[in-house]
Amino acid sequence: MTSFFLSLGMTYEWAWFVATVCGILLIALPLMVSVAMIIYADRKIWAAMALRRGPNVVGPFGLLQSFADGLKVFLQETIIPSAANKGIFLIAPVVTFTVALMAWAVIPFNSGAVLADVNIGLLYVLAISSLGVYGTIMAGWASNSKYPFFSAMRASAQMISYEVSIGFILICVVLWSGTFNMNGIVLAQKGHVLGIVNGFVANPLLFPMWVMFLISSLAETQRAPFDLTEAESELVAGYQTEYSSMAFAAYWLGEYANVLLMCALNATLFWGGWLPPLDIPVLYLVPGFVWFLLKVLFFFFVFSWIKATVPRYRYDQLMRLGWKVFLPVSLLFVVIVSGYLMAIGHFA
Amino acid sequence: MIHVIAFYLFAVLTIASGAVTILARNPVHSVLWLILAFFNAAGLMVLTGAEFIAMLLVIVYVGAVAVLFLFVVMMLDIDFASLRAGFVRYFPFGALVAIVLLAEIVLGIGAYRAGALELGSPDGTAATPAGASNIEAVGGLLYSRYLFLFEAAGIVLLVAMIGAIVLTHRQRTDTRGQNIRKQNMRRPGDATVNVKPEVGKGVQL
Amino acid sequence: MTVGYLIKSFTLWEFVKAHWLTLKYFFKPKATINYPFEKNPLSPRFRGEHALRRYPNGEERCIACKLCEAICPAQAITIEAAPRIDGSRRTTRYDIDMTKCIYCGFCQEACPVDAIVEGPNLEYATETREELLYDKAKLLANGDKWERAIAANLEADAPYR
Repeated sequence: MTSFFLSLGMTYEWAWFVATVCGILLIALPLMVSVAMIIYADRKIWAAMALRRGPNVVGPFGLLQSFADGLKVFLQETIIPSAANKGIFLIAPVVTFTVALMAWAVIPFNSGAVLADVNIGLLYVLAISSLGVYGTIMAGWASNSKYPFFSAMRASAQMISYEVSIGFILICVVLWSGTFNMNGIVLAQKGHVLGIVNGFVANPLLFPMWVMFLISSLAETQRAPFDLTEAESELVAGYQTEYSSMAFAAYWLGEYANVLLMCALNATLFWGGWLPPLDIPVLYLVPGFVWFLLKVLFFFFVFSWIKATVPRYRYDQLMRLGWKVFLPVSLLFVVIVSGYLMAIGHFA
Repeated sequence: MIHVIAFYLFAVLTIASGAVTILARNPVHSVLWLILAFFNAAGLMVLTGAEFIAMLLVIVYVGAVAVLFLFVVMMLDIDFASLRAGFVRYFPFGALVAIVLLAEIVLGIGAYRAGALELGSPDGTAATPAGASNIEAVGGLLYSRYLFLFEAAGIVLLVAMIGAIVLTHRQRTDTRGQNIRKQNMRRPGDATVNVKPEVGKGVQL
Repeated sequence: MTVGYLIKSFTLWEFVKAHWLTLKYFFKPKATINYPFEKNPLSPRFRGEHALRRYPNGEERCIACKLCEAICPAQAITIEAAPRIDGSRRTTRYDIDMTKCIYCGFCQEACPVDAIVEGPNLEYATETREELLYDKAKLLANGDKWERAIAANLEADAPYR
């Protein structure tokens, strides 16, 4: 895009600046709209699995439901509890929201269509996702209320625990693809299995890793069955209990942007990103962007599907799964994968 | 131009948030400012071309260590009155520490200005070998030249971890905790029996 | 602890099965109705919004016997009575506090002239509390509005009383 603005007669610095800002807007604005639509889709999917209809009144098929909800929230009064730590209370939702958008900078939407094509893309994603916990902790502490506080405790412990195993799972992917660059990881999956299937997921050594990554990403985004931070039977609404109006909406949007990000990561790291599922020339006629979008939507369906199916975990079970099952198993797979790659001379 | 602006932005923010970390009355605020300082330091790392270190700084310090800090500090029940109570008593000791630190900084700057130590070229060009990305350069050095030190550091950390676990772990025999493995292994057949008693005979359990 | 159990446990078999089940439900027809546009049938005995009925000649049925006021367990009904100009006993005031009413139907059981009835209407939500304090005019208006449905319901239920 920089070259386009260069051709308009700008200096390089200005062209780069304008191109980057345009890129950010090009990602962030559609993301906001798609978050609104994805909330609607989420509700429809749960409803369908519970034999209900879901939102169907606002707009055709209820498509405008999320926008109506947004308008309602926008017109609400912002309530700040008198005992709250005002500054942090107000910063917390902004942190959640910003962090949820930041990680999208390195997600490749198509061949070369990535805002920041850095060679440490995957590390960047890990770094940003580890920041996500602060929004929750700050909200829980600043609310000066016991349920948000418990929720913040749970959230921080949960996210740190699962980040460890996610790190090891991603190391397996990096070992195989030989790069931290997201685009490079996608390209490494081209014809990965038998020269025809695009995607690490079809690899018998990486398939279990993908299953664990999917489960860990549920825990990382605090989706059901790991939504203990907002377990309404125990913690009212968790860390959002004291929030209202736009601050609440910021949490809502940030949460779903995070869910979408995890779907995009699943698609990019294990399912071949913007590559078509099979390495057949005909399938390349469809733009990579479409494949990527389809994969992300598929994973979002899977996320909703899981939420509609399984009951909530107990907290000690969650911790046991993270530390006693996922951590040793993912560590074992790092050893197995690197040993296997060493044996076949992958690094030579 | 943009490098200079970015550098001064990050540098000023790092120093300012570091200062506020010390000055903030509320320890939770202190930790949050510390996180901002870490973050800006990571930004400085990126500017010098050490993006790998920058990301590790964010992942390890901001993502894990600072969260644990926050965890501990959040749970403190701070009584500001009692905090100030000991101020006069501890003031001389605090002043002494401050003087020592100040002297060290002055000495350090003096030594640096005197050019006694060669700490590498200041323009950063020699930081990475040509033709290798940051991660490859770090990895190449870690697993070849510094392999022994690297592994030794790993073992030291492992020992520290085991030590911490040994010191804090206690086996309690007077509680009846649940055994999740046992629960998971339990089959319906272990718990229920299906019997067909004759009329009027009842069931012998 | 069998091999089969181990395999099931590691392939997350129970989860796969559960997801297959919910996927089948995903494509099933909905169990709920599209409420404001579709409605379920109501029993003739349904106890909804109150109404005061009239005789076919337009004379109001209520004779101010106050049996409904007496039996009302929620004490939602307030009646004041006085002789009308023609000498007949009528209510000057007949109020029902719908926020107190528990829809037990005792008032319509107690009524000797079938004046106060609970009609089939259930969609009378209001935006203010005051609108739920019904007076005689409102109740009579309800009666006029729902007379046909109420009469049909009473007739349908009559054989069982």
